[in-house]
Amino acid sequence: MGIVIRVQREDFDVGAELDRLAADRGSVGGLCAFVGLVRDMSGQRAISAIELEHYPAMTERALEGIAAQASARWPLDGSVVIHRFGRLEPGERIVLVGTASAHRQAAFEACEFIVDWLKTKAPFWKREHTDAGRRWVEARASDTAAVGRWGRGDAAGRGPSKSARGGPKKAAE
Amino acid sequence: MKIVYFAWLREKAGVSEETVSPPDSVNDVRGLIEWLRARAPGYAGAFEDLSVVRVAVNQEYATLDARLAHGDEIAFFPPVTGG
Repeated sequence: MGIVIRVQREDFDVGAELDRLAADRGSVGGLCAFVGLVRDMSGQRAISAIELEHYPAMTERALEGIAAQASARWPLDGSVVIHRFGRLEPGERIVLVGTASAHRQAAFEACEFIVDWLKTKAPFWKREHTDAGRRWVEARASDTAAVGRWGRGDAAGRGPSKSARGGPKKAAE
Repeated sequence: MKIVYFAWLREKAGVSEETVSPPDSVNDVRGLIEWLRARAPGYAGAFEDLSVVRVAVNQEYATLDARLAHGDEIAFFPPVTGG
């Protein structure tokens, strides 16, 4: 079970990272990936760029903790979290979360779990550049609500067999 | 102890990191904030609304009640917005 964490300024290659996640692991039956991108609009304002600041001493440790918790809850063969910082323009990749497991459900759920926790715990801050100036992005209550559905950060339990949340994605399984 | 600030807290405090030596009576995060507030208007602005201030002690999330010791690194920052 390998956990790969990287915090970097430069871009990453999604395909290469996912290939690496499955390489030499014959037990992997599925990979799930989330790729976060910079949007070109914030409300009604056009965004020319964002800046991502982070807390270097804490960031990798926080991401590792989240990925380790996912591994404790779901039977994962591996996971990767890559988060960029610095100046990014619309359309650029910000973050990759990838999970590998024998079966899709664990991969899907663990990927969502990591993204949800990352959004509320990983020490990154976004600042948007618009024609009206620069402004710090405010945290969204919906992000806190999203992480709430995973229950307390209890690494002892296995992943729930069914997600607490229904919805189109689950219906597609 | 070392204090680091991020995002708008850094801008309001007017400093990104500093080493401070508060009196021994300052022994938890809440006490440290009170002590900082009295130092300069920038800190008073940064800590005006503690509901939007998050704290880490030695790179781990902590509460306002967390005890502090010499040599600790305390970080103050707004709720995170990565991903």
